[in-house]
Amino acid sequence: MQELMVNVKGLRKSFGSQLVLKDIDFVVAPSQVVVIIGPSGSGKSTFLRCLNGLETAEGGTVVVSGHPVVEGGRMMPEAMLDALRAEVGMVFQSFNLFPHLSVLDNITLAPTCLRGVPRRTAQEQGLQLLRKVGLEHKARDYPGTLSGGQKQRVAIARALAMAPKVMLFDEPTSALDPELVGEVLQVMKDLAGEGMTMLIVTHEMGFAREVADVVVVMDHGSIVESGPPSEIFTSPREARTRSFLQTMLAREVGHDA
Amino acid sequence: MKLDFSGVWDNWPSLLHGTLVTVEITAASLVLGCVLGLLVGLGRLNPQRRLLYGLCTFYLTLVRGTPLLVQLFLWFFGLPHVGVILPAYVCGILGLGIYSGAYISEIVRGSIQSIERGQMEAARSLGLPYRMAMRRVVLPQAFVRMIPPLGNEFIALIKNSALVSLLTIADLMHEGEKIISITYRSLETYLVIALIYLVLTSVTTLALRRIEKVLRSEGRV
Repeated sequence: MQELMVNVKGLRKSFGSQLVLKDIDFVVAPSQVVVIIGPSGSGKSTFLRCLNGLETAEGGTVVVSGHPVVEGGRMMPEAMLDALRAEVGMVFQSFNLFPHLSVLDNITLAPTCLRGVPRRTAQEQGLQLLRKVGLEHKARDYPGTLSGGQKQRVAIARALAMAPKVMLFDEPTSALDPELVGEVLQVMKDLAGEGMTMLIVTHEMGFAREVADVVVVMDHGSIVESGPPSEIFTSPREARTRSFLQTMLAREVGHDA
Repeated sequence: MKLDFSGVWDNWPSLLHGTLVTVEITAASLVLGCVLGLLVGLGRLNPQRRLLYGLCTFYLTLVRGTPLLVQLFLWFFGLPHVGVILPAYVCGILGLGIYSGAYISEIVRGSIQSIERGQMEAARSLGLPYRMAMRRVVLPQAFVRMIPPLGNEFIALIKNSALVSLLTIADLMHEGEKIISITYRSLETYLVIALIYLVLTSVTTLALRRIEKVLRSEGRV
């Protein structure tokens, strides 16, 4: 059997006395695109952030790209997590570009600091990545001058600069104006087409239907059900999935009206 | 009553000397205060590191909670009783530097904590270790926000430095006292001294405003 890219067993996490992740089991094979949906507060983002150790888990085992993150409920030491994070790209809802660095310097920071890539080489690779997301002409600009969609595309390029094995997207289009969502989704589609392993928390149902290999539905800190989009969107087994999809559908119709 | 500045003016060399001493002592304690402030400010970021946090908080509470004059006297008059005799200059610089370091540490901590959490998270997610993320991503942004409150602190330090005249240091204040003891012209002498302090603080303010403007240019931060 092929090595799993993400392997989660019995993951548990609470904020104070509230249990937000309840014994989650979850696997992702290489090149799979997994879309995680569910009502807000269901633990989707927390789950994603547990995968690269941004959140401290309290129970279970998490292995990502061969690196243990949590083992038997114990977090791995920071140095090991740093090594893991260098191989796992993360894209945030609020972009989190570094405002004091130019677009190109945002992208070259990690490769030059961590991998000792010479500045010149890193810049050439950075420009190539910017070309890929259609923003080569913005290389010298500062993030403050970009639109939301452009910022998110730069953030994706920045994550790709470390040549990650897995990409995690935490509601990448939720902070964008509706007309800017498409350009970011297009970049993600291209990435999926190239065989990148991706985990995406999103409310974009159309995107999920089109791009996902697996759709995972979460609610109240548990995985309600998972399966190929054709199954989840047309004949969901669980009542909770049906009611969630109905609300999402009503919202989309509301948008169109 | 008539103001007569001639006595003060005749003693301009000692005023110049005093000004230079004040600038020297202030600059040296500024450097010490900034280094201490940065270290202590960083040390108080994470209360979970109990020992470091505790030590830093102890320093802050002690230094901020007692008068500067008492601290200066402890260095200069107190230490000799336990066999440590430091030159007056050293006592002045240590006293002022350690005192301002406490205030600067709070400026450092506040500015760092005002940078949104996502910046540190994004840097860590790229694989940067904590220190590198702090140095390359968070501190450069925090530094710009530190400048206005640091300006206030620098000005306070310049003015507080007048207290070292009581440690026999021949600073601006001390030279003024000497001129008064010769000329008996207290009003004129104190006015001139106040004016010189005003020039020193104003130059500092302008310089920092300039630095901030440069750092904020190019549409960043």
